[in-house]
Amino acid sequence: MSEKVYGLMAEFDSPAAILHAAEKVRDAGYRRWDAFTPFPIHGMDKVMKLGNSLVGWVALGGGVFMFLQIAGLIWFTNAFDYPIIVGGKPMFSVPMTFVPSYIMLIMGGAVGALIGMLGLNQLPRLHHPLLDQKRFALVSRDKFILLIGAQDEKFCATETKTFLESLGGTHVEIVEDKD
Amino acid sequence: MADSALNLEELKRLAPPVELQRAPVVEGNKGLGWLTDKLSVFAEGKTPRWWWILFIPAAFAATVIFPTCLFYQVFTGVGVWGNNHPVMWGLDIVNFIWWVGVAHAGTLISALLFLTKQHWRTTIGRMAEAMTVFSVMMAGLYPAIHVGRAWFDWFMFPVPNSNGLWPQFRSPLMWDVFAVNTYLVVSSLFFFMGMIPDFAVLRDRATTRIRKTIFTFLAMGWTGSARQWHNYEKAYVVLCGLCTLLVFTVSSIVGLDFCTAQIAGWHATIFPLYFVIGAVFCGFGMMLVILIPLRKWCGLENIITMSHMDKVAKLALVSGLIIDYIYLMEFFIAWYSGDPYERWVFGHRLFGHTYMVLGWMLIGINVCVTQLLWFKKVRSNLLWLFIIGLLINCGMWSERFVIVVGSLYQDFLPANWGKYMPTIWDIGLYIGTLGAFFMLYLLFVKFLPMIAISEVKGVMPEADPHHPLGGAKKGDHQ
Repeated sequence: MSEKVYGLMAEFDSPAAILHAAEKVRDAGYRRWDAFTPFPIHGMDKVMKLGNSLVGWVALGGGVFMFLQIAGLIWFTNAFDYPIIVGGKPMFSVPMTFVPSYIMLIMGGAVGALIGMLGLNQLPRLHHPLLDQKRFALVSRDKFILLIGAQDEKFCATETKTFLESLGGTHVEIVEDKD
Repeated sequence: MADSALNLEELKRLAPPVELQRAPVVEGNKGLGWLTDKLSVFAEGKTPRWWWILFIPAAFAATVIFPTCLFYQVFTGVGVWGNNHPVMWGLDIVNFIWWVGVAHAGTLISALLFLTKQHWRTTIGRMAEAMTVFSVMMAGLYPAIHVGRAWFDWFMFPVPNSNGLWPQFRSPLMWDVFAVNTYLVVSSLFFFMGMIPDFAVLRDRATTRIRKTIFTFLAMGWTGSARQWHNYEKAYVVLCGLCTLLVFTVSSIVGLDFCTAQIAGWHATIFPLYFVIGAVFCGFGMMLVILIPLRKWCGLENIITMSHMDKVAKLALVSGLIIDYIYLMEFFIAWYSGDPYERWVFGHRLFGHTYMVLGWMLIGINVCVTQLLWFKKVRSNLLWLFIIGLLINCGMWSERFVIVVGSLYQDFLPANWGKYMPTIWDIGLYIGTLGAFFMLYLLFVKFLPMIAISEVKGVMPEADPHHPLGGAKKGDHQ
């Protein structure tokens, strides 16, 4: 069991402080870094150049899939497998198909959104190296933590530490990966 | 801190005049840490006495009265209820619509108000969602046992079976199965996903091993990284959009169950809208009933402020006014159609001696009492609001009774004229579902984050990096 270095974390006190720090980390050429905050911070996605989240597409995919599934199911059951004439109406038509298919589109979209969110975030995971850090628990309270990953090409335990301190980060600590 | 003093001065200079300022979402100008403590302390602290006083009767109704009435009905048959020819839809359907209605305002508050960027909804959104999830559970139960042979409920789902039979998708009753199930699943997902960051808060604060384990599982490894928030926010918007669609769809389909029938009083195109608005109105009444005691007993006066109560009351007033307009239209169309059966039914809603009391309750509460909400004095008096909330629930219940039973008990032929009186089993089941609802709600309040901690923090002025309180100097972020 070797204890590898996961990264360096620094603590900030306000959303603006971590946003400015994040800009400087980006400008310094770091690529593998992340900001941990108690709530989403406006502008952070732009600073990190995250672009548009793919969750919307996963939800759309789920919705369209369910819509077609149910429309197909209705065609199969009521028009193909066991056709019964009810009130002289056509075996398969848009008005009767649309409502259940549309309802299941909503279901598919919602399930897709949740699964997409969890999948893209690589959740659920029961452990994360940061969760071992005592001060990391403050992230869900009122602190803002910036982490530069050890896998970054520019990462250097001493230089990155001074860099984070120069940005105004306090409690700059090494995060170890115990797995 | 010289900096923060400067920022506060700057803030005062930039602020609009007092009368133009928006009411703050959270009163008292406290910090994010204080807010976290305040919002999670109830789920972590000792159980107060009022909780037990409410919980024990609710749990009794949920675990004794509810199963007794349920099992007796399932084992014996629908005959134990008052349902009989010609009134085959009795209290079971009335309560079904009523519970679906209660659910709708919850989704409206948590989803539609999110899409319209109403920041104040963050404080009551979670409670509203919980109301939705639990009341849809209660609603879904009624049709399932109303079919009479509950063990054949799987006939409603398109399951391949040895009879080779399939559900009939041309019927709105079939659409209902899909709508209510979807509503339950989607609102539960929305409820759960909203809580993930708050589970992480409780996980990080946990002091005992068992709490730590439970919330570690529930939080699923949430760290609150910018990448996670990025995907989370997108998923949240998508779910809000889909939930908003459901607000307008589920009750519309319930309304279609009625308006596709040829019965006088039901066969009207206004029904889908009628049911949606009625649902929302009823739900705002329930919201008032739940919020007013909880904010006091849980000490949340700074967070669920009077301004929020005022807004909920105003929304109740708006939906009430739309309902009033629909009543007016219904009566007008019944008269204008010239159809003697329509006229008969609507005349009997108010002047037929059998159910006249309920008809006038509907007018008295939904039309008259609602008008009290025009007055700021009433809206700022919590006792009044609580009573009005209770009355709205009664008024909307009587409206559903008037619609369901009022149209069925005397239809086209005098041979089909009868009466409907609920039996003790009807009423017992209703009390049982009320008990189950409040039991679940009290458990939610006690053990889960009842206010969306991360959402409330996210709308505080400190949370905006461009705001002086957010640490920006003169908003100089580029």
